[in-house]
Formats: sequence, structure tokens, C-alpha cells
Amino acid sequence: MMMDEGTFNEVVREKIASIDFGMLSPDMVKKMSVVKIITPELYDADGYPIDSSLMDLKMGVIDPGLRCRTCGAKVRECPGHFGFIELARPVLHIRYVPTIYNILRSTCSTCGRVLVHPNEHAKLLEKISSTNGEVNEKVLAVAAHVINKTKTIRKCPWCESKQDKVKLMKPSIFVESGRKLTPIDVRERLERIPDADLPLIALNARTARPEWMVITLLPVPPVSVRPSITLESGERSEDDLTHKLGDIVRTNQRLFENLSAGAPEVIIEDLWDLLQYHVTTLFSNNVAQVPPARHRSGRPLKTLEERIKGKEGRFRRNLAGKRVNFSARTVISPDSQLRIDQVGVPIKIAKELTIPERVTEWNMAHLRKFVEDGPDKYPSANYVITPDGKRKRVSDETRDVILAELAPGYIIERHLMDGDIVLFNRQPSLHRMSIMAHYVKVLPFKTFRLNLSAVVPYNADFDGDEMNLHVPQTEEARAEAELLLSITQNIVTPRYGLPIIGCSQDHIMGLYLLTKHKEFFSRQDAAELLSRVGIFELPEKPGKTLKDEPYYSGKQIFSMILPEVDYEGSTKTVPKHVCKKEDCQFEDFVKISKGKLVSGLIDSKAIGPEAGKGKLIQAIINRHSMEEAVEFIQKASLLGIATLQKLGFTTLVTDTDLPPEARQEIKDTFDFAEKKVDEVLEESKKGKLKPYPGRTLRETVEFKIIEIINRARNKTGKIAERYIVDENNATMLMARSGARGSAMNIALMAAAVGQVHIRGTRIYRGYNERTLPHFEQGNIKPAARGFIKGSYKTGLNPYEFFFNAITGRDSIMDTSMRTPKSGYLQRRLINAMQDLSVTYDNTVRSASGTIVQFEYGADGIDVSKSDNGKLLIPKEELR
Amino acid sequence: MTEEKPSEEIKIDIFKSKYVPISRILSEDEKKALLEKYNISSVQLPKISHSDAVVRALKGKGGDVIEFVRKAKTAGLSKYYRIVVGGSA
Repeated sequence: MMMDEGTFNEVVREKIASIDFGMLSPDMVKKMSVVKIITPELYDADGYPIDSSLMDLKMGVIDPGLRCRTCGAKVRECPGHFGFIELARPVLHIRYVPTIYNILRSTCSTCGRVLVHPNEHAKLLEKISSTNGEVNEKVLAVAAHVINKTKTIRKCPWCESKQDKVKLMKPSIFVESGRKLTPIDVRERLERIPDADLPLIALNARTARPEWMVITLLPVPPVSVRPSITLESGERSEDDLTHKLGDIVRTNQRLFENLSAGAPEVIIEDLWDLLQYHVTTLFSNNVAQVPPARHRSGRPLKTLEERIKGKEGRFRRNLAGKRVNFSARTVISPDSQLRIDQVGVPIKIAKELTIPERVTEWNMAHLRKFVEDGPDKYPSANYVITPDGKRKRVSDETRDVILAELAPGYIIERHLMDGDIVLFNRQPSLHRMSIMAHYVKVLPFKTFRLNLSAVVPYNADFDGDEMNLHVPQTEEARAEAELLLSITQNIVTPRYGLPIIGCSQDHIMGLYLLTKHKEFFSRQDAAELLSRVGIFELPEKPGKTLKDEPYYSGKQIFSMILPEVDYEGSTKTVPKHVCKKEDCQFEDFVKISKGKLVSGLIDSKAIGPEAGKGKLIQAIINRHSMEEAVEFIQKASLLGIATLQKLGFTTLVTDTDLPPEARQEIKDTFDFAEKKVDEVLEESKKGKLKPYPGRTLRETVEFKIIEIINRARNKTGKIAERYIVDENNATMLMARSGARGSAMNIALMAAAVGQVHIRGTRIYRGYNERTLPHFEQGNIKPAARGFIKGSYKTGLNPYEFFFNAITGRDSIMDTSMRTPKSGYLQRRLINAMQDLSVTYDNTVRSASGTIVQFEYGADGIDVSKSDNGKLLIPKEELR
Repeated sequence: MTEEKPSEEIKIDIFKSKYVPISRILSEDEKKALLEKYNISSVQLPKISHSDAVVRALKGKGGDVIEFVRKAKTAGLSKYYRIVVGGSA
């Protein structure tokens, strides 16, 4: 079969009607083969492949320069051709052993008919006659039924002969009433089964005669499937498959010789078994009860099944998970001076990753420079692609030649430069914001750098996280990256329709302090703050001090970074429905009118990136655009940092100190709770306690105790909060502004840790009827069941410390077991839904066009373009 | 393989349950209009088994298209269509 030019380029426009899966018949093996393999040696003394060996040149070539003896093509052009080995004695195909076992038990050992009574035989055939030889669920069901019914039949309903029980001795030996059935015997029996009976055991005479399950001719895959590698030392190292096939050829030849020499039966049988072993391990080196074939080094061979199967196999490794070019991966670190939509790329990486640019008359001079400088200087070029598609490396040797021929139509692969657009990704890629487009900023050192606001959507931190970067290679890809994937387009999450990119931690804290009413700044300070944001004007209408110097309020300064926008809301501390609006006596009513902050504090509810927050950013998006919002976030974070640096901000250990009277109050609370618990216990002992409906007395006591201690703990938290009211208490300010931590964390440090829970209950396990030897059996008072009176600040006593450690351990176990589970669940969901898409008529359809939803999400709303999941305009006004 | 025995019809109005959406069988014309609107053939419609409680209550048969009016917290009222499969056409 010669291949002419164009064979590969011809477009075949035929629809595949059906595919038959079948087995290879010996005839087929012979037909598809180009050579019969008989010699186990691979190369002659000159290192040239021997004819009729496993490296026969008829099976294709792997060495450059040689031509295939079958098709005449060179290395990469020749697809390879099969050979075959004629086995001296047939062997079983290990993966068909279970099928053969079923068939042997379901067919007559004498006449070969399926052991079904003639009447039922006809009926069953009739039942599946419509399938026309195709094996479908119906046929399989019938076959399962037949096999199940016939395996115990001891007399053939056709020829009346007695049927002996066939047993399978794993892995591949069949025994019939104590006598071993050789593969020859097995094959003979399978041959006897008439074509007409095959549908009953789910076989198709045309594609799968049962005797083909016993191998007589073994196909040998082409050399291109098992290429040998030439080591640096010049030595050749053969593929595992070649090794295995060599074993087969060798054993086979020995068996042939012994057969023709008339060797004793024992020797023949031993060799036969050995041949069976080698053929078995060629198919799979992971068969139960078969020792894996090993390499000389002791490493198990990787044979056919291992190539395909599992995580490392062809499907999951090479087809579902491909590696890509034009990508980079390194550790990430923060850089607050970068814009949110930028990524800092190490210069070393920028010199590896390239962007193809086509030479035209107009950019010729510009692009020539890259070649002249390349490839070691920084902005230069690594490769040049000629119009006929040849790729030439730019080097000291080739530069002059390339420069001489450079003309319009050439493509120059230049280094990555500032302003190029790239895709940035962090695994696990759980939502669409896990891959976003950033603009390159080439920087020194070896880490990717990103703005802190961009950390949230990637769920990244800087404790050693690594991220991947991909460089789009076409104009179309770059356009899509900019229009669909850019940070700007993705600040609103499609999960709940609020910003997922916003200010965090220091930024929020800074702005919170800045907008507090008592902050005033001199002309110089105000100018300094604003200049950090890139604003070189001062707010209008400054106040005047007694000395007639101008001063500016923090709110005025903050207003300078606001675009023209109106906003009303409350702070994080005050829920919306409690907000007294203008009457608020504190600064919890946030009002912005025409881009000026009139009242209120800026906290995480206005500019934070979490669910239910970032309302001010959302307002800017609604009024203006995503671009404007990014601009604002950018300025806000810089202003926040600048403010913190100007004002200073320090958290102290003494922040969580409580005065003695508070300590006393907490102690009283706990004493009271303990007294109450004692009362409950006393009552229950006396039998005075009435159980809750549907609960036992024991459960009722437990509920009561839990209720008492919960109330006590909450009360201590309140006490701590009441005493920590200092305006300058940094810890409290952080919790209030939403910058970091919560009132809960403060209570933990200042007041008490409280009850330790394991799986929703108090700690009960450990010893018999008690948690620790410190307590007597049956003690169910708070302390004995994991209630911690101490705070992290005052310290825990030994058994409290132990209880605290228990939860720590429990939560680590919990996360380490839950993460892979939910990850797998996510993977299944994604695999099931990956090709659903929203079409232009707003229906959600599968790849085949079947409708899944008639209106996306039943309301047709793209949440990422909505306001917290809702439309800003009534739907009727839309169309 | 045992034949499924049709259980005795339960004599309650399932549409009284708030978990059962309001549903009705589309007329032939409505069905045609629906298929035309979405430019689909009937196999591209979501399916519902002829043995489904709603289908049995409506006395639907294979090929009928049933309209459901669903109520959701987020999306409000929305319409959904399913074609009855199985049973005789």
C-alpha cells in the first residue's frame, strides 16, 4: 500500500453509521501483517536490524535516514506496519479467560451446541432476531440469562451426551473432571459451536468467533509503537514491549525445536506454560496470581494494558491531560505596586516565552532589531519562522543569515514584553476566575508577582503557592483573553453577583481609619496621601484651623478617589434593617452622593471581596463600568496602605486585656452556670426533671447543660466586648472594619474559649464513662466534657489544653478527608456538564442540541452581570 | 424478568401538593408551535416517563408534551416542557 501525497489532506465526508468491535481472527492477523517474526535476535554485528526479527525494517523505521521496507516512507511519515508470530502451540488470551469459562460451561462438550432446550432455543433466538447480529443490551440480557441457566446442566439437550463440570484454576487453566484441558482442547470445543448458536452467548459470528479467543497467531505491533532509545553511550535500550515480545519469540522457537525433535511431554508442557505466561504478561502485567514480568533491574515491565489503563495511562495522561508549550510555572509573591490586572513575570521567564509577530513592510525595522539583539539580550527574538514554515533558532551563527533573508511574511517569535496579555491560573481551578488574563510586567528575580486584590479569586496565598502562566499565540486568543478573561471582566462572581475582587486587610483598615470622623489632615499630609494614589489635586473647601491653616477631613480625601456615584448603605456592624439612616448617632450610615462621602465609615461591606460585601464597588459598576471599578479598587487599596503608614497601626497583646472587674464578672458568670448545672443534675437525680417531649431523661439533661453553658459563654463574650471599647484598640478596630478577625476571635482571646465540640456534641469519648483520668466516671459537668473556662490570653489548664488539641486534630482530619471527596464530586459534575452551553435563544442545550433548560437558570439572568443576582431594570423593559 | 404489574391508582389529587408543579398537556397545535419556536425536533425535548405520577394523573401518553409551571425562590414562575416517553405512542 503506497501512500501518495495528499492522502492525509483529503477530507472524508462520510458519516459513520456504526462501529463493530470484534476480535482479531488468525486470518485477519495474517492479512494485516507484513512480516512473520522468527528470530529473537534484534541486530546483527553491525547494529543493523535483522530480517524477520522484532526490529525488521518491514514493520517501519525509527532511525532517521532509513526507509521503511513496506511503504518506503521515512521516519515520521511511515505509520508502522504489523508483523505476527506463529505460536507453536495456541495459548489463551488472558482477558478472554472469564468469557471462555462461561462459554465452556454453557455449551456441549461433544456437539458444541448451547445447552438450551431446542424449544427455548428457538424462542430466545426469535426474541433477539431484530437486533441483526448487533450486540446490544437486550442481547446481553439474554446471554446473561442463558449462561446463568446452562452452567448447571449435565446432559446436552441436543445430543444427550453427559456434560462434565468444567472448573477454572486461576489464572488460565481449565480442568474437566480432573483432566486438564489444554488450549488446543479448548480451541477445538469453541470451534464446534455453530454460528447459529452464537447470538445466545452474545457473540457475532462475523466479528467474534469464540475460537479466536485462543491465540494461534500473535500480532506484533510496529516498531513505531515500541521505539528503542539510543543512550548517550551509544548503547541501545529497547522498549518494554520489545523485551516482552522477544521473550515470546525465544520461548516459541524453543517450543518449535522441541516439538520437531520429539522431546518428552514434560519439557513441551513446561515450555507451553512458559509461552502462556509470556503472552499473558504481554497483554497485562497486572493479572492476579501471575507474577509480574520484570526488567533486569527488577522493575516490572510496562506492557499493553498498563500503557492504556489508569491515571498514568494513555487516556488520562495523554488524551485528557495534555502538556502545553508557551507556559510557565513558578512561586508567587505579592507586589502592592503592581496594578490589579498586571502580573509580574521574571525576566528569565520572559526570555523563554515568546509571541509570534508577522513581519510586514511597516514593522520590518522594529522587528529586525529583535533578531539583531537575539537571543541573549532582553527584548529580542528566539526563533524566526520562514514563510514555508521552517523554524530557525536565532543564534550568533544564524543571525546574519536570518537578517539577510528577513522579509515580509516571516514570523518573529519575540520575547514576552510589558503590556502583553497572558493567562494566569492557580489550581485547583474550581471556578472560572481561576484562570484570568493579566498584562505582563517584566520584573527582576524569579517569582510571579501579583497584586493582593487579585489573590481572592485564585484563593492564593504566598506560603509557597505556585501558579501557571500561558501565553496566547494568536490575535484571536489575545482578543478573547482581553474581552472575556481579563481581571476587569471578572470582578463580579457568577456565583452571587457581587465583586470577588476588592480591597482586603490593610486596605480596608486604612480606609476605615481614614474615614473616621475625627481624622483630619494638614495640607501636606493630604497631599502626601493623595499623591500615593496618583492624584495631584487637593479636595475643595478645606476647613480652617485657628491659625488659619487649611485642613482636610479623611472623608474629603477619600472622596477624591471616588468616581461620580451615589450610594447608600450601612456598615458591617449594623444590619440593613436596623440602620437608622440619617438619624444614626454613630457613623454607621454610609452615604455617598455625587461622588462625595457624606457620612459613614468605609468598611469591608463597602469594599470587601466576600459574599454579601463590596456593595460600593457594585454601585460603581452599575453606575459606570467594570473598568471604573477596577480603577477605584486600585486607588482605594493604595490610599488604604498610605493611610496606615501615615497614621500607624499596631495590634498589642494588651488589646485583649480585661480589667479585674471584667474578669470577676466572667468568673461570676461561670460560677452561676456551674450552679445551674448542679441544680439540673440534682433535679434529675431526684427524678424531678421532666424530659423534653420525645427525649430521654439523659438527653434532656444534656440539652439543658448545653443550653446553660452556651448562654454563659455568649455572656462572657458580651462582657469582653463591653470592656474593650477603646477607640484605638487595634484588635477591635480590625474586627469592626472587617479587615481581619471577628468579635468571636476577640472573645476567644479575652474571655473564654468555651465548649469544645466534636461532631456537634460535647466530648464524651476517651476512657470508660469519662474523657480523662482527671474526672470520676459518669461526671457530666461542663469541665469534664470539654468546656474551657480559660481564654487564650489567660491560658488553659492541662486538661483544657488537651480538649483544645482534640478539636484541632479532629478538624485537620475532617478537612483532609473532605477535600478529596468534594473534589471528586466537583470533577464528576464538571465532566457531566462540560458541553452544556447557553445558546442565542437563551436555552441551555447539550452538544447534541437537546434542551436542558428553556431559559438559562429559569430566569435568563447571567448572575455575573447582575446586581447580587437581580436585575436593575424590570425584565419587561429589556426586550 | 418479571413483568411490572401496574399498581392500583392512588385516589388522591397530587396537584394539591405544593411540591407538584401545575401541569397540563399541550394541544397538537401548541406542541407544533413549541417545537417551531425552539427550532427542534421532539427528541430534543426533555423527557418524562409515561409511568410518572403526573403523567398518569393527566392521562398523558407517549408523544404528549406536558407544560409545567414551576415556582422558584430565585426565578419566580417559569415554564418547562417535557415529552412523554415510553408506553404506546
